[in-house]
Order: sequence, then structure tokens, then C-alpha cells
Amino acid sequence: MDITELTVHELQEKLKNKELTITEITKAYIDRINEKEKDVDAFVTILTEEALEETKNLQKKVDNGEITGNFAGIPIGIKDNICTKGIKTTCSSKMLENFVSPYNATVMEKINSENLINLGKLNMDEFAMGGSTEYSYFKKTKNPWNLKKVPGGSSGGSAAAVAANMVPWALGSDTGGSIRQPASFCGVVGLKPTYGLVSRYGLVAFASSLDQIGSITKDVRDCAMLLNIIAGYDEKDTTSEDMPKKDYTECLKNDVKGLKIGVPKEFFGEGINEEVKTRLEKIIEEYKNMGAEIEEFSLDIAQYALATYYIIACAEASSNLGRFDGIRYGYRTPEFTNLKELYKKSRSEGFGEEVKRRIILGTYVLSSGYYDAYYKKAQQVRTLVMNEFSKAFEKYDVILTPTAPTGAFDIGEKSNNPLEMYLADICTVSVNIAGLPAISIPVGLNSEGMPVGMQLIGNRFKEETILNVAYTMEQKLKFREKYKPEFK
Amino acid sequence: MKISKEEILHIANLADLNIKEDEIEKYALNLQDILNFANIVNNAPVDDLDITIGANEKKNVFRKDEIKVFEDNEALLQNAPSKEQNMFKIPKVL
Repeated sequence: MDITELTVHELQEKLKNKELTITEITKAYIDRINEKEKDVDAFVTILTEEALEETKNLQKKVDNGEITGNFAGIPIGIKDNICTKGIKTTCSSKMLENFVSPYNATVMEKINSENLINLGKLNMDEFAMGGSTEYSYFKKTKNPWNLKKVPGGSSGGSAAAVAANMVPWALGSDTGGSIRQPASFCGVVGLKPTYGLVSRYGLVAFASSLDQIGSITKDVRDCAMLLNIIAGYDEKDTTSEDMPKKDYTECLKNDVKGLKIGVPKEFFGEGINEEVKTRLEKIIEEYKNMGAEIEEFSLDIAQYALATYYIIACAEASSNLGRFDGIRYGYRTPEFTNLKELYKKSRSEGFGEEVKRRIILGTYVLSSGYYDAYYKKAQQVRTLVMNEFSKAFEKYDVILTPTAPTGAFDIGEKSNNPLEMYLADICTVSVNIAGLPAISIPVGLNSEGMPVGMQLIGNRFKEETILNVAYTMEQKLKFREKYKPEFK
Repeated sequence: MKISKEEILHIANLADLNIKEDEIEKYALNLQDILNFANIVNNAPVDDLDITIGANEKKNVFRKDEIKVFEDNEALLQNAPSKEQNMFKIPKVL
């Protein structure tokens, strides 16, 4: 038995039946990381010693019955923009190369209280700005399905590590598709929860009104279980919603009879790769056969939403990243003569090109003379996008789209053309603009042997609906049983 | 639309960034491309719509204004590029 092939719920089963110990699990993962990391480059920080030490302590407590939790000893990987006390949190930036957070993000408090084992911090586009993980200051993560291709981004390290079995599951963050698109490119499951379901406290802010932490997993059941751990109100995040705790695994019914699925035709139009379209049309047929009601409808907001996304996200980023000034933490330029020069040089040397580009765009759209034409307009479009989704959810339980217009592209293919890179987010950004939940699951491979993802969008706080619809298709397709990444 | 060299330098200055002479044109062209695309928001049918600043229900969130002491000063200061005693050190301002 290859331990690292197992899902978390399978690991739990084997722990319960005493077929495995948590020590064996941790060791298997460390071996796997040692074997595959040189090909995939998914980690910024690997916590081998720490994980072994923690496992040793935990094993004792489990053996003498002090700890009985279901998740004790289950390993996890964490995107490197989620603050981990005493462990570097770099955001894959030179700016935070040596930053050690003095506190834990709320999601880390939850992960730790369940006694999960953190195997390391995962690579990403610098400050989560990008869709290929090529904008990391440290390294380019490779796609386990084809090492010449990008894993997607910005949570590319998280998705690649899960696909490569270097962690059983991982946390990512999603501002415009940064969980779903890499999940789609790497053939794994990625969930962006409703804005407000998971606390953002301790997530290094990119665009605060859009950011959300979520799960990247091998299957939908694991996805629901990780959401169970991280969801919940937090007084430290005033945008988190106070609502009753749910068990998201209870909704996995493997049944979509009578469910109404809306298919917006604009998300299958120009710019969407033919193979992706054909693949999803087959999936839509499958849902029909399973008894779901499918209806095509018009949701003509994708282009507006994408433009709005880049205006709002960059505007918020330009403000959020103002804190990096070389005084309290982060990179400081070695030579300066006065305070202004210290700020400017530290920021110019500490940030990478894409981050600077977005700060400049954000500053521009907020600057006097352009505010009304761009920022205010974008906020009005945001209302439009939300209204259009509200109308759609009066008729449908779920909206089905591709996760990305194509499969994973080659490393280097888009990194010199920022606008082209932005256009690849066309299917995912409107979800963040409206604060909705959405999940991506793999539904097949394209002719290059790269995974194709399907996105299911739900109404606010209807995670259970999209999880069930995703689960039902997963049970039918059995993607994980049929296909495996080959590291070629 | 066209973005001039002066505009890029002005915006960079507002953002506390230096742009090297040989990078100005690239940033200007990138910004131009992206803004030309972003301009489609001006064609959106939004004339009577209010603005939205966030996805949450619009409500005020209040909490008691209580001081909570963060005990671990050392952890806070360990990230400072320059410090003296328990203070952040910066160049002379006055």
C-alpha cells in the first residue's frame, strides 16, 4: 500500500482500524517529499524535523489515549501567505523572505487544535498575484502532470503538492480564482468558500473584499472535511459571519435528481478552448442522465467582471501593500539617506515586477481624475454582477462553467504578457466579485494529457449544494482511479 | 488612451516606488494595455446602480473598545530590520 496515494478519509479509516500509525504516515510523506520535491518545487519551507518531532509527541499521546480526535496526526501543507507562528511566512516575496509571524492565522489555530501536522509552507505567486506560480521570488513550481507546464496559481504550490502526493491536502487562498484554477490545472479538488465563511485573520491581505481561504484536496469528501475544520465565525475578522456550525460531509448524497443546473452560454463562448467545451458538454449530458434539470441561460457579465476584478483587486492591493515600508518588518534597503528614500528603495527592491505593476495600476485607478472613471464604475459593476447572480439563483441551484478557458499552459508562455495572463481568469473572478462559493473538480484530460476542470458556483453559503453536485459527478467519473500524474 | 512617462513617474511616486529609466516604457505600455481592456466597465449598464464595496450584508460590526495586551514583544521586534532596545529604529526625521 502506498500511504501517500490515500485520501484523508481513507487515512482516518486505516488509523481507526490500526492498519497504520501516524508515525508511518508522517514518514511516508517525508519520503515522498524527498523524492518528488526536486521535480516539482512546491515548497518554500519544508518542516521535516519539526513534523517528525511533533509526530513523536503526538504518537505518545494517541497511544495512551490522551488524544482521540479524528484528525490527530494527519499531515497538511499551508500556502505561504497564511501566518504560522514561529515559522517563516514569505508570500513568496523577497520583501518577506525572513518574516516570522508573531501569531497564528485563525485557520492555523483551528488546524493546530485538531493536531494536524504541518509539513511545510507552499509556493505561490508573489503576494498571490498571478495565475501560474511563475511570479514567485524563490522558484517556479512545476505541474506534476507535465513538468514543463505551470501548476496554475496563485496557490500553485498547494495544488501541485496535493497532485504529487507530497501532502494529503492543503490550504490555499482565492482572490480571483487562485484555488480553483490551480486545482483545475493539477487535477485536484479546490473550494473557494463564500466570502465570510472562513476567517481571513492572519491571511496576508491582497484584496480584502475578495480574499478567502479554502481547501485543496484529492477528493470532494476531503474537501468537505477540511471545510469543517476551517469554517466559522471569528471576532478577529469582522467580515466573518456568525452562523451555526455545519457538518459539510452530511450533504454528500450522490444524487442530483430534480436539481436545477444553469449553464451560462457566455462562459462557453469565444476564448474557451474547444476541448474544454466538448468535455464539459459531455459532463452536462451526464448530469441530465442522472436526473438533474439543465437549462442554458444568459449571464453576460464575464468581461465586465474581469475588468472590474482587476480594478478593485489592484486598488485594494495598492492600499494593503502600503504597510511594507522597511520599518517594522520585511526587507530594508541597505543604503539610504532619509526616510522617504528608505521607503521607496525598500519597496522597489523588495517587490517583484508583477506586484509593482499591480500597485501602480491600483494607485492609478484610485488617483485624482481617474477614480470615477475606473474605481467607482467598477464598484457599480460589482452591484450589477451580484444582481445578475441573484437573478440566476432564483431559477437555479447551481451554475456550471469551465474553471479555466484552457488546460495548464507551458512555463514561460504567458509570463511576459500580463494582460494575457489576466484573461485566463475569465471564468473564476466573477465568483469573488459576488462573494459566492465555487468548487473545481477534475472531469477528464485534454489531448495533451492535462486535466480539465469543471466549476460549480453556488448561492451564498450554499456550499452543501455545490459539494453534493461535485461529489455526485466525482463518483460517476472516478477520475482519481483512472488517471495519475506522471511527472514527465 | 496613452500613458505618458510623466504619468508613470507621478503614479510611482504616489505609491512610493522607484521606476528605473529603462523600465518606464514597459510599465507604461503594460498599464495602457490593461486600462484599455478595463475601460469596458464604462460600457456596462450600471447608470442607476449603487456602488458595492463588499460581498457581505451591509451592517455595522461593533465591539467593545478594550485593550488586549500582546505579550510577546520579542516576537514582534524580531522582524524589525533595525531596532534599538525595544524600539524600531528609523533614520532621523527632523
